[in-house]
Amino acid sequence: MVALATAVGAVLAQTPVADPAGAAASTGAAEFWVFWILAPLSLAAAVSMVVLRNPVHAALMLVVNFFTIAMFYAVLEAQFLAAVQIIVYAGAIMVLFLFVLMLLGVDRELPTRVAQIRGQQPAALLLGALLFAALAVGVAGPFLGADSACNAPPDAVAAAGADAQPCVGLAAANEEGNVRGVARLLFTDYVWPFEVTSVLLVIAAIGAMVLGRRTERPEDLVDGRGVRKEPLRARAARPTGSTALDREAAE
Amino acid sequence: MDWLDVLIIVAVAVGAFALWLVGTALLIWGERRVVAKMQSRVGPNRLGPAGLMQTLADGAKLFFKEDIAPANADRWVYLAAPMVSAVVALVTFAVIPYGGTFTIGDRQISLQVWDPDVGLLWVLAMGSIGVYGIVLAGWSSGSKYPLLGGVRSSAQMISYELAMGLAVAAVFIYTGSLRASDIVANQAGTLFGPIPAWHVIPMAPAFVLFFISAVAETQRPPFDLPEAEGELVGGFNTEYSGAKFAMIFLAEFMNVITMSAVLVTMFLGGPNGPLFGPDIVRAVLPTIYFVVKVGIFLFVFIWLRATLPRLRYDRLMDLGWKVMLPFALLWVMATGFSVVLRETTERATVIRAAAIGAAVAAVLFFLAPLFSRRASEPGGGGGDGGARPLDDPRPGGEALPERAGDRPSTDRPTEEVGV
Amino acid sequence: MTLLAQIPPLQIPDIAWSAISPELVLFGVGILALLLDTAGPQRLQASFLVFGFAAAGAGYIALSTEQSVLPGLVGLAALGQFALTAIWRDRPRLLSALLAALGFAGAIGVTTWQWGAYSGRLVGADAATFVGTDSLLGGMVAVDGVALFTRVTVCLAGLVTVPLSFAYAEERRIHRGEYYPLLLFAATGMTLLASSADFIMVFIAIEVLSLSLYILAGFAKRDLNSQEAALKYFLLGAFSSALLLYGIALVYGVTGSTNIAEAGRAFSSLDAPQGMAVAAMALLIVGFGFKTAIVPFHMWTPDVYQGAPTPITGFMAAATKAAAFAAFLRVFVGAFAPLQWSWTPVLWVLAALTMLAGAILAVVQNDVKRMLGYSAVAHAGYVLIGFVAVNRAGVSGVLVYLLIYTFMSLGSFGVLALLERRNHKAMAIDDLRGLGRRDPVPAGMLALFLLSLAGIPGTAGFVAKFAVFRAGIEAGHAALVVIAVVSSVIAAFFYIRVIVAMFMEDVPEGVAAEAPLAPSTGMSAGIAFSAAVMVAFGTVLPFLLVDLADQAATFVS
Repeated sequence: MVALATAVGAVLAQTPVADPAGAAASTGAAEFWVFWILAPLSLAAAVSMVVLRNPVHAALMLVVNFFTIAMFYAVLEAQFLAAVQIIVYAGAIMVLFLFVLMLLGVDRELPTRVAQIRGQQPAALLLGALLFAALAVGVAGPFLGADSACNAPPDAVAAAGADAQPCVGLAAANEEGNVRGVARLLFTDYVWPFEVTSVLLVIAAIGAMVLGRRTERPEDLVDGRGVRKEPLRARAARPTGSTALDREAAE
Repeated sequence: MDWLDVLIIVAVAVGAFALWLVGTALLIWGERRVVAKMQSRVGPNRLGPAGLMQTLADGAKLFFKEDIAPANADRWVYLAAPMVSAVVALVTFAVIPYGGTFTIGDRQISLQVWDPDVGLLWVLAMGSIGVYGIVLAGWSSGSKYPLLGGVRSSAQMISYELAMGLAVAAVFIYTGSLRASDIVANQAGTLFGPIPAWHVIPMAPAFVLFFISAVAETQRPPFDLPEAEGELVGGFNTEYSGAKFAMIFLAEFMNVITMSAVLVTMFLGGPNGPLFGPDIVRAVLPTIYFVVKVGIFLFVFIWLRATLPRLRYDRLMDLGWKVMLPFALLWVMATGFSVVLRETTERATVIRAAAIGAAVAAVLFFLAPLFSRRASEPGGGGGDGGARPLDDPRPGGEALPERAGDRPSTDRPTEEVGV
Repeated sequence: MTLLAQIPPLQIPDIAWSAISPELVLFGVGILALLLDTAGPQRLQASFLVFGFAAAGAGYIALSTEQSVLPGLVGLAALGQFALTAIWRDRPRLLSALLAALGFAGAIGVTTWQWGAYSGRLVGADAATFVGTDSLLGGMVAVDGVALFTRVTVCLAGLVTVPLSFAYAEERRIHRGEYYPLLLFAATGMTLLASSADFIMVFIAIEVLSLSLYILAGFAKRDLNSQEAALKYFLLGAFSSALLLYGIALVYGVTGSTNIAEAGRAFSSLDAPQGMAVAAMALLIVGFGFKTAIVPFHMWTPDVYQGAPTPITGFMAAATKAAAFAAFLRVFVGAFAPLQWSWTPVLWVLAALTMLAGAILAVVQNDVKRMLGYSAVAHAGYVLIGFVAVNRAGVSGVLVYLLIYTFMSLGSFGVLALLERRNHKAMAIDDLRGLGRRDPVPAGMLALFLLSLAGIPGTAGFVAKFAVFRAGIEAGHAALVVIAVVSSVIAAFFYIRVIVAMFMEDVPEGVAAEAPLAPSTGMSAGIAFSAAVMVAFGTVLPFLLVDLADQAATFVS
């Protein structure tokens, strides 16, 4: 974590904020090196998050992963996104994860579940590898070679010569500062999705209340008409067949 | 950027680091002395003038103590947790301008390590990372009380982060920028007459909200539930000893300094103040102003600790969610509203609109009882299926403390004195 | 203040309110229902406050813009909700249900108005109204035929679901205040999805509708099946959303735009990274395939349809499919048209698989709800035929099919809900034996819906199937249509098996005489309405519907 934090400082200190004109040259190199340092770290964290058996360790690996991603954003001069990534994901969501893990006491190592369908595991691995290969060819293919000169070290750009694709648009996007650029987009072009997202949050909040409330009061359930019905008490889990409905309702 | 620039950057960073570290040592000593005075005791007075070297001695002792780790501690996390706390406190300080801008030769030097575009969002980001230090320290100790302390602290910090973030947002809206240097610049000059244009005046509610949240975030009394020694032995740091304990201990005080610095930057004009005298004095004065302002806040933090009893946990949560959060939301809305009004509308119109608003509010104030009387009749209105009244006293979020079994039964005043 | 003054002012975007008016109506009514439900004893006061604010806003608009129709309508709606609250303030659920029904009706009304303005636009007469065939709000919202038609389909589904739900939810003791608002929110998400012209809107809308449906599927909290349904739906849905999002990210990577039409233009002028575009397309097929329940992404369907409260199942099967297919069509016909060579064969195979697997798996089911779940899968396959045709007749066929399927699905699940309400258990085919003797009317209704689902000539289902088959043959996919016919024959087997059980078998021995069916007013109304639509579109009015859909089968470009 210390190394990570030091790296954050180093990267961010290198990100020249004051002079956008000279930014292209110096960030190119910084971006290159930071990427090659952070990318393995990020991948390693992601893989260990899946592999580690202890849920708390896995959650911590995810935090490290979020952190590296935030640093990628910072290097790409999306500082606002970087800060928000840390605040929202590392600071709020993962803390809640840890909170629940600790509260429920599921921080012991979980036994490995044996796959229930024979051959499922190898088949999943095989298909996953195939999917990964296909996506890698499709996604990474176009960017191997001279096309990838954008943001490479200056000498690589020079070597690519006429084929080099310089980064364009970044300076214009961040002209009045990254935060204001984001705000301007959110409140002009993307104002409708932005507002609809709040609908999403309203629904999520309602859902949490509906599914999370443990006790039910009579008035929560039925339409009154002067007669209150007692809520049905939750019964212990019983085997379910085709009886989707509660038989208790008949009583 | 030649080597001299690099040197200046390093010097500025070292300056911040030194200020912060010396401040921490002095704060620990000051806390013990001040609390002692308030309780009619003497406090540390043997080592150095007025016991000034006591902290150093304590530190030396802690670092030479045997380093004990519990058998079922989670080794790596146990090791990493104190470091997270300390590093986070340090990194936050980077965005604070701790002095003015002055010129040496043809170079302008501003005493601020890093002035990013996202500015004080960085403070919030690091504050949210800071939770990990405590949560993980509690969890990795492999012991009951530290775990409870960790759980408490995560709940507490998440709750108060909301109010804190909203208070900060109000200042952002008022300033129009997130950048620390812009916020400081916005507080230069005077509001009217001799009163400085510090945000503490127009943004007074945000200041109060931020200050209370800052106390809660640093887990200082009266919000020091995570380490409540009466209930949890020592809270999340119970199982720590030696150098690791020293680090946790220092991190707490470092956080206090950082939070005070943020407060001063946001609400008290940072290093702003009247400048006079020759150039050299003009260069040094802002730093002095800054240190004095931070010092005042540090004293308030200590004063709170000596004065106030610890809150009960459910009341702590109620305060955070039911009082501070709605209030902060209202204040952010009011700030946004007033900023838009100021930018778009003439003063006379604003005053007229305010008068109309006040009149409407007054009318509503007198009309409201007519409506609410019927609602307060028990079971009135023809049997509404007995729908739950809005002021149902049953708390909604009581599940957590109950489950963890750590609901304290009494308001237990703090008995701790000194370290 | 000095700093604030320096910031250049924001270009406040022109909000095309009319383009998003159905969503605003649905969401507004949802929030209102929620508010009035939580207000408890202060319900009347809350309603009055809403009325006051709405009236003040309407008055302000009327004074400042000198319009009278819109503020008048808003004021009338505000007054209406106050009147309703005053009458039924002691029956919060009834109030919610009424508001929800009125909300759906209002959204249909608004969409009809949009349709009028839109067809005027087609003729080229009226440019003053800002409903256009363009994408509005910064290219986020498409106002085109498919969007309008699907909005109506979704709102009709909601309108029928509300009365079907009322007595059912009451009986199962799941009648909580959040039920109708969530239904409205789900419909909001669906109309948003149907009209989204930007990948970002597609994603957000899918999340809005899915989140609401996850909750509704698990609404019967005490029922383990319902819990299982919610959990499965949620986990698999989150997974498919992630794939969809990955596809969207790749589209953005290739084209530099998230706008569907712009992405399409970029694809057509694209020379290099075809591989990435195909990868994006594949991921999007998976994402949409999940929402539309296409084999092999249908695994969640039977469990979720079985576990969810029955009226919700009907709504989910019909409306989600309609909205998702609208977006599916717009994305693939709009953005991926240049890559048609790659996705037509894939969808061809998926359609064939879906039809066959859905029908064959349905044959072996015993639980009627589960059987209808698998049959919903098969129907998604039939819809895909119209999709694969990629012509105007195909799009029109898809629209017709989805509208008619909405009523078939809601009607059949509605009758099931009615039966479950009496028997207090899920219905197996054996439970239906002899039903035709004892309760001929509901049994007849169910038989009608099942025959329609099977696509027997003379029913609306036949019209729907005919529309997509015709498009498929026109586009030269005769083999696919043959497969569809085979699948229909298999499907007819299990539909008719149920009918045989109802009318030609006796009540099994040892079963106590059951209480007579006591259909509630709402349920009767919902089922009767569905049946009436079935008959009308099947016999008298099919050409009206097909003509409408033909007009509607246009996209923004």
